Order: sequence, then structure tokens, then C-alpha cells
Amino acid sequence: MSSMTPRRLIGPLVAVAAAVAIALIPLTLSDYNRSTGATVGVFFVAILALNIVTGYTGQISIGHGAFMAVGGYTTAILTHDHGWNDIATMPVALLVGFAAGVIVGLPALRFHGVYLALTTFAVALAVPQIAKNYPNFTGGTEGLALPTHTGLWLYRTTWIVAGIVFVLAWLILRGRTGRAFRSIRDSEIAAASSGVSLSLYKTLAFGISAAFSAVAGSLYVLVNNFVNPDVFALTLSLYILIGAVVGGLGSLWGILIGAVFVELLPIGLTSAHVSSSQSVPVIFGAVVIAVMALLPLGAANLLRALHFGSKIGQSSDVPQGTEGR
Amino acid sequence: MTRRLNTSWIVPGFLLAGCAALVFGSLRSSLFAQQTISGLANGGIYASLAVALVLIYRATEVINFAQGAIATFTTYIAWQLIDWGLGYWPAFFCTLGIAFVGGVALELIAIRPVERRGNQLTVVIASIGLLILVEGAVGYIWGNDIRFMPSPFPAHVYRVGGVAFSRQDLATIAISIASVGVLWLLFQFTKLGLAMRAAAVRPDAARLVGIRVSWMLSLGWGLAAVLGAVAGMMAAASPSVLLQPSMMDGILIYAFAAAVLGGLESAAGAVIGALAIGVMLNLLGSYVSWVTPQLLLPAAFVLMLVVLLVKPSGLFGRTRVRKV
Repeated sequence: MSSMTPRRLIGPLVAVAAAVAIALIPLTLSDYNRSTGATVGVFFVAILALNIVTGYTGQISIGHGAFMAVGGYTTAILTHDHGWNDIATMPVALLVGFAAGVIVGLPALRFHGVYLALTTFAVALAVPQIAKNYPNFTGGTEGLALPTHTGLWLYRTTWIVAGIVFVLAWLILRGRTGRAFRSIRDSEIAAASSGVSLSLYKTLAFGISAAFSAVAGSLYVLVNNFVNPDVFALTLSLYILIGAVVGGLGSLWGILIGAVFVELLPIGLTSAHVSSSQSVPVIFGAVVIAVMALLPLGAANLLRALHFGSKIGQSSDVPQGTEGR
Repeated sequence: MTRRLNTSWIVPGFLLAGCAALVFGSLRSSLFAQQTISGLANGGIYASLAVALVLIYRATEVINFAQGAIATFTTYIAWQLIDWGLGYWPAFFCTLGIAFVGGVALELIAIRPVERRGNQLTVVIASIGLLILVEGAVGYIWGNDIRFMPSPFPAHVYRVGGVAFSRQDLATIAISIASVGVLWLLFQFTKLGLAMRAAAVRPDAARLVGIRVSWMLSLGWGLAAVLGAVAGMMAAASPSVLLQPSMMDGILIYAFAAAVLGGLESAAGAVIGALAIGVMLNLLGSYVSWVTPQLLLPAAFVLMLVVLLVKPSGLFGRTRVRKV
């Protein structure tokens, strides 16, 4: 057993090391790969946002692509139609996203488990359809074009925003609010009995999560430099959820692993000529299933186990007695 | 007790009133009658898929997000068999067999290893992985081009008192309802069905009386895949749906909405929910001018939301008491 001090330092040290690595990586990359790196940053923010509501508050959402769409369209419409600077649109996206999250979060107060999963799934499918239906506003199926930027600009902007959002999330989650979120996740009734207002904190979790998702959406349309309803198709929501679970729900470190997994694995498969681009979804899906079979609690849990020697694969909510013959 | 008595008539009452309105409207206007019938046909397709979802949900409390993709895959198999020169009906029944075996195999290969160690969420993620895999496999094997699936029911129209019913619609309703009916007979009147119900309701007790519970779960996946195949083939035969890898994505959400309306645990509820959604969307689309085809999906979602807000356990679901 090591003493407490070095163990406590591990977190900040890894954070600094990760920040330095992320700052130095673009020096070695081509401009195209830098924008790929920027997309990893977008997924980082999106998975972080989903983690607040699913990982920390225990409310499953399959629809976070919809909140990204809200942010993405906010940025696109403000820059394309009103000539705003694209960075300046992000605080607006944050606020609009927060409002959207509260609107979805209020009815979600009455839903639990599967019902919430299905409702949010429907939101993810419905939002692109609504965008298609009002072409005067959103550009319809053809979408809107945005100003182009160099890969380096995108990389830096994305990761600086990601850093800010990460620190904000950390500040929110470490204090009173984070404790309230986690108590709701672990037992709603126990949380309510201890004076945690379920309606306030669940709505707040949805609002904060949607606000950060909207920022991720803004970044996403900047990286793509265009927006149309297909950018925010259902697949996006599914990839965010996969990233969050593969990385490990409720872990801030797992987010990075998840972001790298969902963005770089498909690209890696294509460029390594392991497979033709047609077969990438097949392999990606198979890998997701394999990861779930081998690491049901996500990669972050494996790291934690290697570090601290705790046991993995032990979750209190593993259904007992549903297996065997 | 009085509370129960007061509310128990609401759902059947609404359904009866809805049916009465439909019959009344159909008698007044032949267009209304036609739209109602083709809405019922769409509802029949949703019903098959919704019952497939309910089947798996009852056994494992997991929503299978890959159900639509599996249905698309089996529909492509049917297309391939027909393309190789098989007649429609031989191809139809071969596909049902292949779907059954495939469903069992997927449960054994993809779901069981995850279920052994994970929780509900990991199984949901695995089913999403399966959705990406199966939809990708369709694109990989058959390409993303739109295929043409022949219909076994040549364009024919029956006229009853000025109302034209298409044979396609009537056959779709009949086949969907028949497949759900056969399944109901299986569950209600065979020993295997009894064993499957027991395995779903009380896994531990079922195991004690000698039922192979995990095998029953695999069978459930197989039967769900068969229902999905029926839904897929009926959908592909209808002129409004194109056979392409994403064919069932929209239909899956209607099936979700139907299953939720029915309370997720009730197959009969899912069928009623599916027919209601089919009819309602069709009437909305044809009578309310600002509801464009793009808005039908959000409309189904709003409908689902309203029902859930009024009755969180669905129309026919059991209310559960949650404990600390």
C-alpha cells in the first residue's frame, strides 16, 4: 500500500499529462488528421455531457444527438443568416441547449428506465425530421454552409472548449450538486428522503447536460463546416452513448477513451485496410458487443482496477440467477 | 378501491369511442374508410414488430434496438431467394425458418455473453452494437441501392358500396394479425409456450421445475425474429416503403410507440397500440394539411409522450411500486 499523498496526486498528474499530450499531438499531424483530432474533441464534449445525465444522475438518454442538433443549428443559423462570429455563437448555443434540456427534462421526470430510453430515442429521431420540415429556417435537406477553418484552428478551438467544459463539469460534479446527482442515481427514494429535490436536480442534470451537448453540436458543425439534418442522424446519438458506456459511465477519464474509441476505431479500420469501408460498421458493431461482453463496466473500470487492485465486473445491479441451465 | 373503479373504465371507454368514431366516419365518407383501412394495414406491420419487442422485453426487461435491423436483414434474404427464382410463398416460409435460426444464433453469440456479466444497460448497448452490425451487414452484402420487392398480392381493388379496399392492405392486416394470433396460440395452449411464460415471469422457480430458462430466452429471440421478418416482408411489399438498409428505422419507432402505448408487457396492448397509431397517423396525414410526411414521426412521438404523461405505465401496463 502506498501512502495517500501520491495516490491523490495521480488524478491531477494524469490530467496535466493528458493536457500536454493533447496540446503537442497536432504538431505531428497533417492538417486533415488535425480536424479528425478536432472531431475526437467534439465527441469528448458530447460524451462528457451525456455522462452528467446518464453516468452521474442515472437517467439513460439515447437522444443526445438532438441536443447537439439544437446547438449546431443555433451556430449555423447565427453565422449563416446573421453574420455572427462562430465562437460568439457558442454561449448562445449553451443557453438554447439548456432551455431545450429543461423542456425535455420536465416530462422526463415522470419516466423511468426503459420508458425514458425510448422517449429520448424518439427525440433523437424526431428532431432531424423537424429540421427537414422547416427549410426556410434550417436550409432543409440541403442544409447551410459555414465558414471553413484550418485543421489546426479547429483542433485548438475544440480542445480549448473541451478543457473549459471539462473543468466546469468537474466543478459542478465535485460539490453539492454532484452529490445530489449521484444520490439520485443510487436510489431516488433514498435521495428524496434525505431532502434532495428530485424534480429540481433531475431537470438541472438534463439542462446542464443538454447545454454542454449543444456546445458539442456547435463545434461539430464548425468541424464539418456545414449542417443538414443527416449530420444529426440517429447514428450520432448511438455513437455518443456507445462512447460513454465503452469508456465507463460515471468516470471522467473514461470519456477520453470513449471519444477515441467511437471516432478513431472506424477511421483506423478503414485506413489500416483491415476492411473495405463497407464492412466498417460490421466490425465496429462486433467490437462494441465484444467490449460489452469482456468489460461490462467500461474501460475506465479496467484502468481503475489496474491502479488500485479493486475487483472489476462486480456490479450491484447485475441480475442474479438469470443464467445457467 | 373506489379510485380503481373510477379509472378502470377510461381506457376501454376511449377505445370504444375511438372505434365508434372510425365506424361512423367510414360510413359517412368513402375516403375516410379507405384511409382507415390503409392505416390499419400500416398498424398491422407495426403490430408484428411491436409484439416482437414485447416478447423480448417480457423475458429480459431489455428493449432490443436491433429488432428493426434484423427484420430488414431477413427481408433481404427473402428478396434474394425470390431473385434466385423461388416463388414468393416458398421464399416467405423459408425466410421465416432462417429468421428463427438466425434469431436464436444472435442471442447465443451476441447477447448471452454480455448478459452473463453485465447489467441492463450493457445489454442495451450490445443491442445497439447489434443494430449497427446488422444494418452494416445488409449494406455490405446487398449494397445501399434500393431493391424492388415483389408483392404477392397483385394490384386488385375490392369495391364495397363505393369504397375501394386494396387487396394489399387487407392481406397485410390479415397476415400480421394471423402471425400474432399463431404466437398467442403457441403461448397459451402449448407446453412450450407455458415453459416460456414461466421462464419470463419467474426464472428461478422455472429452473427449479426443470425448464431450461436460458434456452427459452434463445427461443424468444428466434420467435421475435420471425415476427420481425413478417413485418419486414409486409412493409417491403407495400408501395410506400422502399427496400433499403434503413427500411425499418422509422417503422421501429412506430413499433416502440405502439409497445409503449400498450404498456410494454402486454402483447394485446401492443397490437391495439399499433393499430391505433397506424390509423391515427394515416388520418392525420390525409386530413390535417400542415402535417407533412416529415412530421408524422414527431407526431407519433408526441402521442406517445401524451399517453405516458397521463398514464406512465401505458394503456395496459401494470403499475409498479418502486422500493428503496
